[in-house]
Amino acid sequence: MHAEEKFTPQTWPESPEKATLEGKNKFLGFWLFLGGETALFASLFATYLALKNKVPATGDHALSTEIFSIPLAFVATMLLLTSSLTSVYAMYHMKNYSFQKMQAWLLVTVLLGLAFLILEIYEFYHYVHEFGHTFTSSAFGSAFYTLVGTHGAHVAFGLCWITALMIRNAKRGLNLYNAPKFYVASLYWHFIDVVWVFIFTVVYLMGMVG
Amino acid sequence: MSTYAKKKGFGATIWDYLTTVDHKKIAILYLIAGGLFFILGGIEAMLIRIQLMEPNSDFLSAGLYNEILTMHGTTMIFLAAMPLLFAFMNAVVPLQIGARDVAFPFVNALGFWMFFFGGVFLNLSWFLGGAPDAGWTSYASLSLASPTHGIDFYTLGLQISGFGTLMGGINFLVTIINMRAPGMTFMRMPLFTWTTFVASTLILFAFPPLTVGIFFLMFDRLFGANFFDVTMGGNTIIWEHLFWIFGHPEVYILVLPAFGIFSEIFAVFSRKRLFGYSSMVFATVLIGFLGFMVWAHHMFTTGMGPVANAIFAVATMAIAVPTGIKIFNWLFTMWGGSIKVTTPMLWAIAFIPSFVMGGVTGVMQAAAPLDYQLHDSYFIVAHFHYVIVGGVVFALFAGAHYYWPKMFGTMLNETLGKITFVLFFIGFHLTFFIQHFLGLLGMPRRVFTYLPNQGWDTQNFISSIGAFLMAAGVIILLINVIITSVKNEKVGNDPWGDGRTLEWSIPSPPPFYNFKQTPLVRGLDPYWIEKMEGKKEMTPAEPLGDIHMPNPSILPFIISMGLFIAAFGAMYNPLNQIGDAKPWAVPVLIIGLAITFGAMLVRSLKDDHGFHIHKEDLIDDENKGVKA
Amino acid sequence: MKKWRLLSLFTLLTLFLTGCGEPYLSTLNPAGEVAQSQYDLMVLSTAIMVLVIAVVVIIYAIVLLRFRRKKDEENKIPKQVEGSHKLEIIWTTIPIILLLILAVPTVIDTFRLADVEAMEKKDKDGNREALVVNVRANLYWWEFEYPDLKITTAQDLVVPTDEKVFFNLKASDVKHSFWIPAVGGKMDTNTDNENKFYLVFDSKKAKEANNLFYGKCAELCGPSHALMDFKVRAIPREEFDQWVVAMQNAEDRTPQNDLAAKGEQVFTEKGCIGCHAVSPAQSGGVGPNLSDFGDRSRVAGILEHNEENLRAWLENPEEIKPGNKMTNTYDPLTSDELDAIIEYLMGLKVQQ
Repeated sequence: MHAEEKFTPQTWPESPEKATLEGKNKFLGFWLFLGGETALFASLFATYLALKNKVPATGDHALSTEIFSIPLAFVATMLLLTSSLTSVYAMYHMKNYSFQKMQAWLLVTVLLGLAFLILEIYEFYHYVHEFGHTFTSSAFGSAFYTLVGTHGAHVAFGLCWITALMIRNAKRGLNLYNAPKFYVASLYWHFIDVVWVFIFTVVYLMGMVG
Repeated sequence: MSTYAKKKGFGATIWDYLTTVDHKKIAILYLIAGGLFFILGGIEAMLIRIQLMEPNSDFLSAGLYNEILTMHGTTMIFLAAMPLLFAFMNAVVPLQIGARDVAFPFVNALGFWMFFFGGVFLNLSWFLGGAPDAGWTSYASLSLASPTHGIDFYTLGLQISGFGTLMGGINFLVTIINMRAPGMTFMRMPLFTWTTFVASTLILFAFPPLTVGIFFLMFDRLFGANFFDVTMGGNTIIWEHLFWIFGHPEVYILVLPAFGIFSEIFAVFSRKRLFGYSSMVFATVLIGFLGFMVWAHHMFTTGMGPVANAIFAVATMAIAVPTGIKIFNWLFTMWGGSIKVTTPMLWAIAFIPSFVMGGVTGVMQAAAPLDYQLHDSYFIVAHFHYVIVGGVVFALFAGAHYYWPKMFGTMLNETLGKITFVLFFIGFHLTFFIQHFLGLLGMPRRVFTYLPNQGWDTQNFISSIGAFLMAAGVIILLINVIITSVKNEKVGNDPWGDGRTLEWSIPSPPPFYNFKQTPLVRGLDPYWIEKMEGKKEMTPAEPLGDIHMPNPSILPFIISMGLFIAAFGAMYNPLNQIGDAKPWAVPVLIIGLAITFGAMLVRSLKDDHGFHIHKEDLIDDENKGVKA
Repeated sequence: MKKWRLLSLFTLLTLFLTGCGEPYLSTLNPAGEVAQSQYDLMVLSTAIMVLVIAVVVIIYAIVLLRFRRKKDEENKIPKQVEGSHKLEIIWTTIPIILLLILAVPTVIDTFRLADVEAMEKKDKDGNREALVVNVRANLYWWEFEYPDLKITTAQDLVVPTDEKVFFNLKASDVKHSFWIPAVGGKMDTNTDNENKFYLVFDSKKAKEANNLFYGKCAELCGPSHALMDFKVRAIPREEFDQWVVAMQNAEDRTPQNDLAAKGEQVFTEKGCIGCHAVSPAQSGGVGPNLSDFGDRSRVAGILEHNEENLRAWLENPEEIKPGNKMTNTYDPLTSDELDAIIEYLMGLKVQQ
């Protein structure tokens, strides 16, 4: 199939993201990349578990039982999980060749993701100013901000990515060249959502137990 | 944009290579860059051996020696061995599977330029305050304490380079999985492709832990973090674990493609198919898998306790089994064959005893209590040089000779090749065999000098002589390359005469689109099958048609350069622990990152559909004989 | 073919040249049960590996002798053999068996050498039965504290022979590694945690080594990593006990003559006492404890122990051990001050 072919909802292929060789390659390549990212986050989690609550012997250093707020983390989790759901809706519409509906749900995804980020920035601000829990205050702090911050950076990058795709393709509409691009971006979005579930469990829930 | 109308001219050629996304040209870029870094690493090795030629030598100061030994290891592993292997993987694997390029040509180029800029950045340390001096392993407590920016050059340079390698790994995985010619099932792939496949999987999973570890070291030194600062709750052993979770698979990333090259050479120059193909595939996969299970054998003396030590000892011994399977299968490939001792075959034949020696000392080191004596002594230095030089470097020399015609259309001189071999082989054993004994006699490694009268003087002297012989061998090889390039005598598609795999079925070097028509693969060693039926060419799997090719682009160069620039900003930022903050640092960091992400955005915003070669032009080529 | 002759020549040559190495330094001359079990593992593993190498070499030699392409066989195509299940099974199972033979003693020794339970055993008076030394590794020197005996020394470790000596190992600045090659394998000294192991110093072997074993730092720690040697005086238990008592009594000694008394004064005035304890009861100093400096085998761990070398060290430590932590910590000493300090330090003995 030629990447710039014009389609109708009837002729649009079942799996548009894999209908060209380039699409197949992007699909596989990105899954593999996510495998590597899994190894990356696994290393960050392992380090976090080793350095959790490891603070200098002297001075006032808040520990995980004192600083983490489950309600806040819960709201953040709901925002991100919902954004994953809305990205599924977007892909559904992509498969059905409904470009505008896909764009709409992608917009909702981005807005939810943005809300998550804003909440997280507020959370970090709170830790820094209320508890003096910073990146440089202890090994615990370095490990926490690196793990959660790397995830946050991935969220931010994902938002820029999806937004860029939406703007870029606004006039072009859907075709077999940009379908894989949307698909891969949504895969990425699901991935960081899954990572967040682990963060919620390992950092916040386990943090309550100390 | 047709590349048929080629402007010859130095500037045009430079631009061609700066913007190329063609795997064959990228292979040449890797060969040249890797080759230059190999020579640099070799000079560093010579300096080391000159310093150690006699006790209490003052040829090099202690601090400078530590910088040289660090750069020797880092350069050879990251900037020489890996890129040179990537050169052959790029040159050969797409051809072996009947593809026109890799899955992501743009990313392929990007991977090269990342490696290149990372390597250049690391080596700028020599001129900007001092090279890293904590060993290629850069253990956390020493590297945190290092008083110059050397370690920062290490972290930033390797980080950039590492991104490039990771991209290369993903690229080859997708290429091999998705782009094989019709009829080429997994179990009909040549061994070099298989080993590239497994090594790429190792790259995918082993580089992220290194990335994380390096980020931690970078954050600690440049941004005030406390991962490894014990007084702030940090832990230096985390570095050791992260480094070796990468570091052990890394050596299999190096040696598996080397094994792949030898598998091709043994078969071709015995005129016999590879013995035990499915066992070889199985052994390759098993080595790759087990390679992730043994990292803590580098940490037996760290104090992990007897349970951990015992488990890792036994797991490490296990890797000897698939490796042994490979050695025996190579021997039996030659058994009953018709062996022709060309230069590549000479290296392959020498590889067997050399690598086996390195392998058996590895098993000895696997016995943890024995390793308490051997660890961090010259025995270890002897072991890893036997496997890396005797395995990987021999394969690089062999591959250079074997694949030279396919990459350049000319043949390296056989006589000079054999002279290089004799000098290098003798020098290699002279230098490293005796180092086993130095280790057993109590000589630790990474020592800038040694006191006299400990029973080490003569052995060190002999070891240093070998280094000069190896240098002489390499010089002869360089002369060989120059003479061959000047003479420029072109050869045909199958210059060795007994090619069995697809790359030998197309011209040397291939046209830029590789195959006019994708070939039909009828079994293992597909070209050999056609030859045995008296055919000169492969049967095509598709009719003659338009060929779709990717566009060149300067963006990979720009993206990599942006990170190179940003690295300077990171190094001199206000929080860096050396304390020499520069006012331009943060702006430079931002500008560098902006260039990188900006170029990535530019790439995403365009529609890049490549271009087409029309089938009429292809038919014309048949008569005119077009090259890449 | 040429290769064989050359290779065997090297082997013979190197074996001839090396012999078994020095009795105070070589792992091939094990001087205690720890080094002995490690040596035994080496012999076992070498024997197994030589067997493997022999099989490989035999097949290899046959292949290279019999199957080279002959002049009149330029176009001959040999039989293309796919493989052999039988052979694959043979060269998979036999190596597994060989590895099991190696693995069993490996695991046994791993647990045995890690058994430091005896460090905790106390007698009926609540005193620890075993001899324990706290080793603290620093840039570029070693401190040895005997916590139960309340004495500390540096650079020259003194131990009794023919009994287990236990070590608590830690580093104060960067990672080092504690290695006495003739007596046993090494253990890293980390900044994060304390490692524990034991060594045994055989009396017969100690005599062969003139009762002085060489110790090495075995982890790259900086420019003078190569110069971070220490020595081990392994002496019979009675002599060790005498040394301990002498050290404990050294608290009360006074300088042996006027020059030494002046030296003691200079030592205090110039601030040396701030880093270097001369009392054997003090540990944890910034610099080595010098309580028995006069008895030591080396100056700064590497120079022969005489006045000339001590002078050179005090005049310009940076030249002798680049990167050491004593450089530039005191004003240059005049010749008289040096004479006095040298007399004083050389007089810090506990033995006759």
